[in-house]
Amino acid sequence: MRIPLSWLAEYVDLPADATPESVMADLVKVGLEEEGVHNFGVTGPVVVGQVLSFEPEPQSNGKTIRWCQVRVAAEGTQAADGGADVRGIVCGASNFEVGDKVVVCLPGAVLPGDFKIAARSTYGHVSDGMMASARELNLSDDHAGIIRLHTMGLDPKVGTDALELLHLNEQAAEVNVTPDRGYCFSIRGIARELSHATGADFRDPKSNAHIERAEGFPLTISDKAPIRDTACTQRVVLRVVKGIDPTKPTPPWMVARLKMAGMRSISLVVDITNYTMLELGQPTHAYDLDKFKGGMTIRRALPGETLKTLDGHERKLDIEDLVIADENGAVGLAGVMGGESTEVSDSTVNVLVEAAHFEPISIARSARRHKLTSEASKRFERGVDPRMADNAAARVVQLLEVHAMGAADSLGADYRAESPISPIWLPAEFATELVGVEYSADEITDILQQIGCVVASVDGGFEVIAPTWRPDITHKTDLVEEIARIGGYHRIPSRLPVAPPGRGLSTTQKRRRAIVNSLAASGHVEVLTYPFLSSQANVWFSENKSRPVVKLANALQEEAAEMRTAILPGLIEAAKRNYSRGLTDLAIFEEGSVFEPISMIGKNQPLPVGNQLPTPSELAALKATIPAQPKHLAVLFAGNRVADQVGLSARPADFKDAIQAVRVVAHAVGVEPIVRQASPEGFHPGRTAEILVPTASGELSIGFAGELDPQLALDNNLPRRIAAVEINLDRLYAAAPKVVQASEIGTMPAATQDLSLVVDANLPAAEILTTIKVGAGDLLENVVLVDDYRGENVEPGKKSLTFALRFRAADRTLTQAEASEARDSAVALANDKFGATLRA
Amino acid sequence: MSAENPITQSAVDSAVASALAAINEASDLAALKAARATSVGDQSEIAKLNALVKNLPNEFKASAGQLIGKARGELNSAFAAREAELFAVEERAKLAAESVDVTSAAAPTRLGARHPLSLLQDQISDVFVGMGWEIAEGPEVESEWFNFDALNFDADHPARAMQDTFFVDPVESHLVLRTHTSPVQVRSMLEREVPIYVLCPGRVFRTDELDATHTPVFHQVEGLAVDKGLTMADLRGTLEHFARIMFGDDAQIRLRPSFFPFTEPSAELDVWHPGAKGGARWVEWGGCGMVNPNVLKAAGIDPEVYSGFAFGMGIERTLMFRNDVRDMHDMVESDVRFSEQFGVNL
Repeated sequence: MRIPLSWLAEYVDLPADATPESVMADLVKVGLEEEGVHNFGVTGPVVVGQVLSFEPEPQSNGKTIRWCQVRVAAEGTQAADGGADVRGIVCGASNFEVGDKVVVCLPGAVLPGDFKIAARSTYGHVSDGMMASARELNLSDDHAGIIRLHTMGLDPKVGTDALELLHLNEQAAEVNVTPDRGYCFSIRGIARELSHATGADFRDPKSNAHIERAEGFPLTISDKAPIRDTACTQRVVLRVVKGIDPTKPTPPWMVARLKMAGMRSISLVVDITNYTMLELGQPTHAYDLDKFKGGMTIRRALPGETLKTLDGHERKLDIEDLVIADENGAVGLAGVMGGESTEVSDSTVNVLVEAAHFEPISIARSARRHKLTSEASKRFERGVDPRMADNAAARVVQLLEVHAMGAADSLGADYRAESPISPIWLPAEFATELVGVEYSADEITDILQQIGCVVASVDGGFEVIAPTWRPDITHKTDLVEEIARIGGYHRIPSRLPVAPPGRGLSTTQKRRRAIVNSLAASGHVEVLTYPFLSSQANVWFSENKSRPVVKLANALQEEAAEMRTAILPGLIEAAKRNYSRGLTDLAIFEEGSVFEPISMIGKNQPLPVGNQLPTPSELAALKATIPAQPKHLAVLFAGNRVADQVGLSARPADFKDAIQAVRVVAHAVGVEPIVRQASPEGFHPGRTAEILVPTASGELSIGFAGELDPQLALDNNLPRRIAAVEINLDRLYAAAPKVVQASEIGTMPAATQDLSLVVDANLPAAEILTTIKVGAGDLLENVVLVDDYRGENVEPGKKSLTFALRFRAADRTLTQAEASEARDSAVALANDKFGATLRA
Repeated sequence: MSAENPITQSAVDSAVASALAAINEASDLAALKAARATSVGDQSEIAKLNALVKNLPNEFKASAGQLIGKARGELNSAFAAREAELFAVEERAKLAAESVDVTSAAAPTRLGARHPLSLLQDQISDVFVGMGWEIAEGPEVESEWFNFDALNFDADHPARAMQDTFFVDPVESHLVLRTHTSPVQVRSMLEREVPIYVLCPGRVFRTDELDATHTPVFHQVEGLAVDKGLTMADLRGTLEHFARIMFGDDAQIRLRPSFFPFTEPSAELDVWHPGAKGGARWVEWGGCGMVNPNVLKAAGIDPEVYSGFAFGMGIERTLMFRNDVRDMHDMVESDVRFSEQFGVNL
């Protein structure tokens, strides 16, 4: 809401030195938010001039300019800039005549956009000032020609300060109005709030015009389908004004106030309805009475009915839309926008004025349905004072009489079905109990009366009737908010509540932290990417390219409209960005949710209502509609894992780093991962592992680690070799021990042995290793693969794997013979299962 | 008549003197080893004198033996001392030869880093866990009921449109990307027993285009306390404590009246940031208030018995003014240099 200060000052006292900033600062105290300051941006010597003569001078560029002599000060006196009383001015416009009074910006004036006026040479003359158009003064968009003051009904003396004449000194404060404070979309509401903030007297502008009864205009309210059983209107007031002079201009002060309030001046009649709305918060509409056929009906739209609204759009109405209709059909979308057929024009002489209260939800739905937010709908949606219609209609009639020379007619109508406002019971101690500030009964009464409540002190508390302009106040808590904010939030003391003993982080939270911290500690950098993907990228790692996904209905970009099913595509994008910035050695990771649709999407039942506990089955049904969102972890490596340095040669990142990252992650939560050769979608078919974890119900696949399909990397402008991991953390956690069980640490001496086995070259080393563990039995404490040899002395198609074994007994020093025996049984089992032989 | 004793003091002294000269002459361990035989070994003067002892008349044997024994002891110690001395010299020379330029030390492993937004959420969580609160989480694709209806956003109220919501296709699915972490508060109230003290950090979404101060994907942390007798004073006390931990002992907070559908009374929260770049100042930090009774009712909690307070703030915004991050782009672009500058602590 933009608040022209001169307007505000009519209804609440402002200090002499008030500025938009000081007004905003006061309003912030009572809950409005600062938005900014507005002014015309016109300063310096801008005066009324009179065109004495002009010479049209055609130019080579096809334009004809006028070389004018303009009087800017009374004969023989100094002009406002200290210069001569008559100036030579070059003007491009041709809409004026000799004798016209115009607005002259003299050298030293500054116009909007920091446009400085100075005497300058142009078209062969020195132009000593500028005659301004309405747009150049920020008054309107009109740039068809310069301002001719007599068309605005003005005939001031030459030399008059035009800034004052046209009210270009007006300035406005803009505050953000929260959705509960519809009444603050008016000077009336803001003036009241400012009085709460400063203690200054408030004068209610509703009394500006005297209400007169008018009747006889046929008015029918016919709502066959009220929304949520609420009547569509509480009040409709119609008034007729006859014989207005359609040529009358809008007075400059009104133009300036409308402009500073953020509205364009359109025509006197429309300006008056807008002015009244801004002043009182009650939208009003003016119809050309002679175009309005028969009486007025307020009803829901008929099936197939259409309406051409004032913005020129032909709209198909919905049967839920509330319309204003005459005999011929809808002439306006109630509370949103009027229609073209009954629009006032420059030939209108008889006006039908409507001021009505419409039910907020009906208007909100119509505005949203037609994507048509208007100044009126904005106010109705937030709640308009249902007792303001007659005041607003009277104000419009008054202004039409004064400025348009119309005559109020006895024809009119007044429909009243005002819902009573139920009193709210406020227990005496409730405000203190909720806010923690001691409020006396007197203070509570005072504050509530200040904001317009009717307060009755009853035993143990108060019966409070909220003011008509505060439909947001429906509950005792709403009253407490008023007491707290008017009483001042600065009075709230500070007390630290003591929570009951907590259980610390949950197991899953601790695991997540262990994982991300371990990865960071082992040389990986965490990044956070957007979870939005293109449909192509979202299936890079899916076997099923047409798998269902969670898709956004209103994505910011069509190429990022799906919710990710994997994190890696985001890391690939992140890698590309780092590459483009010359950062080519990367080890990045991200932990986060992925999104898996469920069959329920799109088949949902209507939601349970808010503000009450759904039944257990409603809740269960609700939760069943929500897609599964498992936590994933992805890691991506590019370039070198170790860079070229003194005494170290570069080591390019490869599948080993990916698998090691998985080990780091699994180790962080106490799980020994199982690594198995695999060829998943999107990965290198020969350099990728499936990762499994042992669980009570068998081995569970949790994802993949290895290298990306080189083509995928190249398609993304990355080098061929990109190592990557994508695992499902929820599944990893399923294998993680809640409590790590310790094994005894043997202190007896160890016996070590090496073992070289020759096996088929394509047999995975992990399988041999597992077999050795099983075969060697309990004495084997540790086994590590130390070499994979192929070549001389090993048959083609075979490989020699060398393992280092460490044996230990818990209770005695092992003899070499015992160690050898255990080793031999390992060899025997490997031989048995895989034909492994001891290397000679 | 007795024979003359050939093992005289002077003979022994002379033997010792020549042996000591040989020991001291040796300038390295090899030379010392070579001099061993002639100084203290079989070939030495003292050994030769010693060989004479067994042929001496008995009356001389004892004193001669004593004389020689003392001399040999002296020589052995001298030898050992010289040996230790030469060993030390050689050892130092060896170490000198091993020296390197430590300023050129390579990095055999790389340093990693956490993303500051995720780290900051952890650190904030720790503050509240330290106060006995627990950390609650919920889904990012959320039912409209949890995101709006249960939070007192009427389906037709403009507050609902204010939120710039991402909807899941089709919109009849009533699924949205949560616009705040408040649905987690509702879930917490439904799933936990009162008293409830939970903190809800997490990722949220609004349809804002990315610019220097906005991002469609951002993070929030919200707190919720529901208990008997909670007042706005408890809210202020909690926020003050939190602010001091985040911004130092001189931090203060200020509440300004505001509106949120899910709280009543509601307040905007400013924090006095003593360490702000360019001087201490008030900074808009978040929103807060007493839980609206309608929200308690939606979660099956009797507002006549319990009251609650809630607060929420943006993690991005907090990071911006706490750690002087100037541009939102840095937080979302995954440039590793951004995370790396924070390491694993903020």
